[in-house]
Amino acid sequence: MRYLPHTEEDIKEMLQTVGSESLDALFSMIPENCRRSEDMNLPESLTEWELDKLMENLSNDIAASPEYKSFVGAGSYEHYIPASAQYLLSRSEFVTSYTPYQPEMTQGTLQAIYEYQTLVSRLLGMEVANASIYDGASALAEALLMSIRITRKNKVAVSQLVHPLYRQVIKTYFKPSGYEIVELPYLESGLTDISGLKDLEDFAAVAVQSPNFFGCIEDLHTVGEMAHEKKTLLVAAFTEPLAFGLFKSPGSLGADIACGEGQSLGIPQAFGGPALGLFAGKLKYVRHMPGRLVGETVDRGGKRGYVLTLATREQHIRREKATSNICTNNSLCALASAMYMASTGGTGIRSLARLNYDKSEYLKSAFRNAGIGIPFEGATFNEFVVKLSGGSRKAYDRLLKKKIIAGLDLAPYYSELENHYLFCVTETKSRAEMDRLVQEMTS
Amino acid sequence: MNNAIGTTGLILNEPLLWEKGKRGRCGISIPKQDVPSADIAPSLSGEGPDFPDLSEVDVVRHYTRLSQWNFGVDTGMYPLGSCTMKYNPKTNERQTQLKGFAQAHPLLPTELSQGALKLMYELEKYLAEITGMDAVSLQPAAGAHGELAGMLIIHAYHTNKGTNRSKILIPDTAHGTNPASAALCGYKSVPVKSSEQGVLSKESIEAAMDEETAGIMVTNPNTLGLFEENIIAISEIVHAKGGLVYCDGANMNAVMGIVNMGDIGVDVMHLNLHKTFSTPHGGGGPGSGPVCVKKHLEPFLPVPRIIEDNGQYVFSEDFPESIGKLHAFYGNFGVMIKCYSYIRSMGAANLKRASQLAVLNANYIKEKLKDVLHLPYDRPCMHECVFSDKHQKSDKITTLDMVKRLMDYGFHPPTIYFPLVVNGAIMIEPTETESREDIDLLIDAFKAIVEEAKTDPDKVRNAPTNCKVQRLDETAAARNPCLTG
Repeated sequence: MRYLPHTEEDIKEMLQTVGSESLDALFSMIPENCRRSEDMNLPESLTEWELDKLMENLSNDIAASPEYKSFVGAGSYEHYIPASAQYLLSRSEFVTSYTPYQPEMTQGTLQAIYEYQTLVSRLLGMEVANASIYDGASALAEALLMSIRITRKNKVAVSQLVHPLYRQVIKTYFKPSGYEIVELPYLESGLTDISGLKDLEDFAAVAVQSPNFFGCIEDLHTVGEMAHEKKTLLVAAFTEPLAFGLFKSPGSLGADIACGEGQSLGIPQAFGGPALGLFAGKLKYVRHMPGRLVGETVDRGGKRGYVLTLATREQHIRREKATSNICTNNSLCALASAMYMASTGGTGIRSLARLNYDKSEYLKSAFRNAGIGIPFEGATFNEFVVKLSGGSRKAYDRLLKKKIIAGLDLAPYYSELENHYLFCVTETKSRAEMDRLVQEMTS
Repeated sequence: MNNAIGTTGLILNEPLLWEKGKRGRCGISIPKQDVPSADIAPSLSGEGPDFPDLSEVDVVRHYTRLSQWNFGVDTGMYPLGSCTMKYNPKTNERQTQLKGFAQAHPLLPTELSQGALKLMYELEKYLAEITGMDAVSLQPAAGAHGELAGMLIIHAYHTNKGTNRSKILIPDTAHGTNPASAALCGYKSVPVKSSEQGVLSKESIEAAMDEETAGIMVTNPNTLGLFEENIIAISEIVHAKGGLVYCDGANMNAVMGIVNMGDIGVDVMHLNLHKTFSTPHGGGGPGSGPVCVKKHLEPFLPVPRIIEDNGQYVFSEDFPESIGKLHAFYGNFGVMIKCYSYIRSMGAANLKRASQLAVLNANYIKEKLKDVLHLPYDRPCMHECVFSDKHQKSDKITTLDMVKRLMDYGFHPPTIYFPLVVNGAIMIEPTETESREDIDLLIDAFKAIVEEAKTDPDKVRNAPTNCKVQRLDETAAARNPCLTG
């Protein structure tokens, strides 16, 4: 096996050194009744070339563009990724290193993550960002737990227009502790009903997603004012951070913690993971923050350098009193997003966000002109809901046969929204493809 | 030592991203505007982030230079104890880039994602076979996430029985994440001391275990690199009081094909695909931490589960006792592809061989270095061995000094000051993918450093000198945090 370098001679001599008769005898300290009696039953080993064939067959059994045209987003977005970023990300000095515990040998990762923290803070309009969390859902769960630690209150309010799967993850994280989750309903406008906020007492946080699950831009500023009056924190969630290239950032609207999914920033969709949990907050709360942080310092010669810092919040130092159990995060995905943000720059991300907005507005008006209903009329980014007439499933299936994936059926997530579909358009869709979609749907 | 691989070379400086660039540059190709520009309400429109504008060349040089300041497994030996820094096969990376895998959308109808579901379904079966457990969920995104899943399962199991237990036993050789994961489930950690032999004794568990205690979190092999030889007796004590046995499987690389975790009393465990199963660490993730259970805990596994029905794979949420979802989608699929590729490339015989050679390498280092470094537990080890700096105390040289000097010789340091039960611990895990020649070089480097500690201690105290930076002021970084530029 090409990954195992030992020759028979090596093994023989090394066994002599350790005073063992055989490889099996190395395990003599394991009691007999703890040893496995039968060999593992696994498929036979493959050559590199057999593996290529097997994997190609498996991957061909998954719908992908350009064969399929998908208009589904809902937390996983199709964006172009520059070859330069993909290439740089594959450099094995980044890929095959560990968490940078030994800073003298990992300045590359450390400076890159420090830059990531800075870019994320600027994108979200916040003061400090950590070096990433697993995904948008766990970022939100961690943000709510952090709010509970800060405020010492044990209830949170969460909008029903936060991604339905994120809400399920929050429930899992909260179950053993018994913290209470109150869901805020939504209005006919496709926005969260925040009128109830004025009656909420003793809440640690209110979590609102913007753009929300329907793609609509929420009035975070007002939510923040109402929350802060009650000494409740505003947790601003998101699934599509590209929106902040065009729309106001959560920080500029009063968010105390901004968290969400960063997959859009140069990370392949990969069936939902690895993804990237973006997590940023106000500096005054930094000691309550979960996850790794990189800080600037100097070496013995006075030269600028970077280290992991504020580790006294973390599990390996504080053990059961840690702010979170998170250890490994999604560092390489954070690096991918930093490369992507460095590639777009400020000018590029604005143009790209604008293009995404224009394209989805184009499709929206094409639907409208074709007599297809757009139930939520407010501003959206990338995604919006359409209402089809009865029997919409048939139209969906008909398009699927033509390898067009016509949005996401909302009924499994919102039982009251039968015949409602969530559509997504990014820079990857051309005008001709959108025209064809509308034409096929109305034919 | 004349043949040390460490040397100095030309290291280029590289400023921070925002110290370069010029407004108006762009490093990304933006698709043509083929639709009209739409209106946007001025009240919603922001200014966009203040990112530096760079060309593609700027970006490429920036990250290429940064990468050259890093050390990875591909650069050289990385004997970081408990981290299993084995070689990360390149073919695994290639498979993740296949179009169908890279572009798969998680919410498409399952008939459009059969390749992904089949891979996950089969991988669950392989991991169950390797651990000897009955059922697996791939959803946890990292080792600590897998531990959390395990703790949530234990919590759900007790709640389901109508009992409310408040404590959990955690040996002093456990990973630091264990108590933090348990705390998220409201469990108070009860520390248990290991014996003079470095393993848990039946008596200590008997004394600590009661009916208020939900179970035990045991790392086996433990962080001293020793097999918990009393594990069956310990499991029986815990089970007799109604508790469950959780095994931190971070050290599974020592026992593939050798120990069947399901047969030694383990009820639930997690694996680190980024350790045992060769997926790269990526400078701190993404990893993957599947949780494996025995039959009686299967109803509590995270949803959705993958079900096979006449050759078709579907997701099912129909597990009313499940702990719920831990990840927005199904976990780190990209990492699972690499693990699957590894298991298919290796097969059962090579996986077992990997464990044997990992243990051989560790024992070889232990034998070769125990004359110069203090070995607190002098007995056969598994995949890692733990030394201390006790012999260097008289030279006023610490573990930290020695491992920093190791960098100058071209090696990444071992894990240090862990496990906590050994003062000044130096925890070395070579893994099976290091050749004897490379291991001999590491041994020679350690011996040279021990000699330098006596003859030229300042050289050791001032190390490293060959890296881009010298030792960094971590105290100042924490006192006045500068976390953004």
